[in-house]
Amino acid sequence: MAQKESITKTEEFTEYEEASDPRIGVFVCECGVNIGGVVNCRAVADYAATLPGVVHSTVNKYACSDAGQSEIKQAIMEHDLNRVLVASCTPKTHEPIFRACVEEGGLNPYLFEFVNIREHCSWIHMQDKESATKKASDLVRMGVSRARLLEPLQSTEVPVTNKALVIGAGVAGMQAALDIADMGYKVYLVEKNPSIGGKMAQLDKTFPTNDCSICILGPKMVEVSRNRNIELLTYSEVEEVDGYVGNFKVKVRHKPRFVDVTTCTGCGLCVQKCPIEVPDFEFNEGIGTRRAIYVPFPQAVPLRAVVDRAVCIDCGACSKACESHSINMEQEETFSDIEVGVIVVTTGYDVYNPEPTHDFGYGLYDNVITGMELERLLNASGPTMGKLVRPSDVRPPKRIGFIQCVGSRDKKRNRYCSGFCCMYALKDAQLIREKYPDSEVYIMYMDIRAPFRNYEEFYDRARDMGVKFIRGKPGRVTEGKDNNITVRVEDTLTNNIYNLELDLLVLSVGAVSSESSERIRQLLKVSRAADGFMMEAHPKLKPVDTTLDGIFIGGVTQGPKDIPYSVSQGSACAARATRYLAQGKASTEGITVDVDVDICVGCGICVPMCPFQALSLVDGKLGIIKALCKGCGTCAVACPTGALQQDHFKNNQIFAQVRSAFTFEGE
Amino acid sequence: MTDKEWEPKIVAFCCNWCSYGGADTAGMGRFQQPSSLRIIRVMCSGRIDPMHVLNAFLEGADAVLVTGCHIGDCHYVNGNYKAEVRYRFLEEMVRELGLEPERLQLNWISASEGEKFANFVRDVTAQIRQLGPSPLKPEGVN
Repeated sequence: MAQKESITKTEEFTEYEEASDPRIGVFVCECGVNIGGVVNCRAVADYAATLPGVVHSTVNKYACSDAGQSEIKQAIMEHDLNRVLVASCTPKTHEPIFRACVEEGGLNPYLFEFVNIREHCSWIHMQDKESATKKASDLVRMGVSRARLLEPLQSTEVPVTNKALVIGAGVAGMQAALDIADMGYKVYLVEKNPSIGGKMAQLDKTFPTNDCSICILGPKMVEVSRNRNIELLTYSEVEEVDGYVGNFKVKVRHKPRFVDVTTCTGCGLCVQKCPIEVPDFEFNEGIGTRRAIYVPFPQAVPLRAVVDRAVCIDCGACSKACESHSINMEQEETFSDIEVGVIVVTTGYDVYNPEPTHDFGYGLYDNVITGMELERLLNASGPTMGKLVRPSDVRPPKRIGFIQCVGSRDKKRNRYCSGFCCMYALKDAQLIREKYPDSEVYIMYMDIRAPFRNYEEFYDRARDMGVKFIRGKPGRVTEGKDNNITVRVEDTLTNNIYNLELDLLVLSVGAVSSESSERIRQLLKVSRAADGFMMEAHPKLKPVDTTLDGIFIGGVTQGPKDIPYSVSQGSACAARATRYLAQGKASTEGITVDVDVDICVGCGICVPMCPFQALSLVDGKLGIIKALCKGCGTCAVACPTGALQQDHFKNNQIFAQVRSAFTFEGE
Repeated sequence: MTDKEWEPKIVAFCCNWCSYGGADTAGMGRFQQPSSLRIIRVMCSGRIDPMHVLNAFLEGADAVLVTGCHIGDCHYVNGNYKAEVRYRFLEEMVRELGLEPERLQLNWISASEGEKFANFVRDVTAQIRQLGPSPLKPEGVN
């Protein structure tokens, strides 16, 4: 039954092909030697010339170059082409280029067909030129049969709401928000924590200049709060995102602080009176303590208190202490709906947690800590006022060791290099040597990675300051007398094995994608890279774009990077995003679904298939809201009569492509 | 046929956002593969009609691959769920048609999983080489 149906279908389409009188031009790109070195492009082009509908077939050295594109445009005129097929690389990067090219040549851009003979052929069959050439011919034949059936489509222009949403107010997000705001557009900056600042606010000093982190970040935080174009939504989370480029509808949840932010002055009187003291995991990595009501840190923006209701006992002491009557335990979470044209995602990262797997004794031995915990111990406004002490006896350690690449460059954990751990270990080692000249500091490493300006010099400086380097990854870490830590490590440069006794061991942990980042990623449907971070549209040429129009990613959201790189990406996101706001319009994909009203029986099976509510039955007839349709084509599969068809991926086009994947003997 | 090993013809339906990108990434990483695969790009795995798959078998495919974004990662919210439901139905159809289950396979491959894509192609091709040509392949078709 199925066979019969498919055959009748294909026969019908054959008739249609002939009726449309296609004049196809085929351009086989050599891409230098990328394709030409494996595939015999001349043979492919000669073969294409024999296919029905092809009136012109040629080889280009680089089809996407200026010269290549001119050739295509010229051929459209000379040979009166009404379809163009380019066999070269991937449509993911080059389809927009060739669509624009054929449009300039006078054709509708959707009458262009792309065949991938580089990523899907020459690059994966490098040792078998004969098979690669045969496969390339097959792929071109499939493309030609599809090209014969292509139909012109129109993309529609939509107005763009001239506002932006930035999710995550770390240093990258702050930079993006400031830049967009300074270009004159309104920005909603959403931050899940009570204060903006992100991870950078927690750091002590920054490499390679050793300037104080909060001293350079603090003024920027204030600038963000003072900028009239920025609406700061702290202690808030993005819950729902709907719509498309230019017209995103976002629901934001505002968590209750139990403090009126409009009247609270951040004076801290309430904090002094609060009787509940718990470890401060939010800002001090669990080293110091905070109260049930607290101000996140002295430089917090906004400088307002927040109540942790999970530990609050409702004693009312804070309420009595507050002179501005700002405490309100009745506060409930609220929601607001905002409309924006573009979205910048700067949701950051989590520090790798070595506890579940007890890496190098972390979580088992008191005196094994992470790099981030050390930041807080060294910080002048940290829980110890900058005095370095070790957890077991609160005494200053004399012998301090760092183990590099914890959670990074490790096939059992994460394969990638986090990039900044070498540098922060060098920085912390210098700070310790500066503060405590009689200390011994060891760095156990595989390679020291110090690219970019003044980084290598910074490494030299650490050596000059007497930091000792041992090239080797420790094998065993044990706890001994006085809670001292013994590290067994081989120096692979001298082949000596040391049993290094230390007072404090610091694990230079890397970055991992955070849970909250992952939630936002799934909400927005941004692709995920193999390392768990969000994936950019192109690794070289579109480093902050995503495959989704109007959504951009920056900072560590996209992968581990240091502060200057994160700031650059924040600015890059702003520049890329503002293009839409400045133009005030965006064009949406022309590929949507269409219904043939003569065939549609109004059964409504397709309606619940659409995740975007683009379909509805009105008086037994199917209506399509084109602006909502994203062109996935899922509904078309559900249609029992074939009345619904997805433009550019119609059944006849797919069947023709499938059929031409095969040849009869002697063909 | 030459003295070379028999090369099956495998039709793979790939979604634009994930598995097609996975095939691109495999290429960029130069992960060498058998030349058995013929990819048909659709926007979403939810667009893959059971008719397309059956048609591929009837036209001569030795195997058909249904691929898309990982569950939860669909560019169009949940097209891959629908693809999976349809795939389960197809699995039964394929069995009833007398085809070996290896000839129809489903895999979720993200745009970053080039190595996974290449391994998938290698594995399926090896399995199909063992099985030989599809019994549904029309005579004289290659």
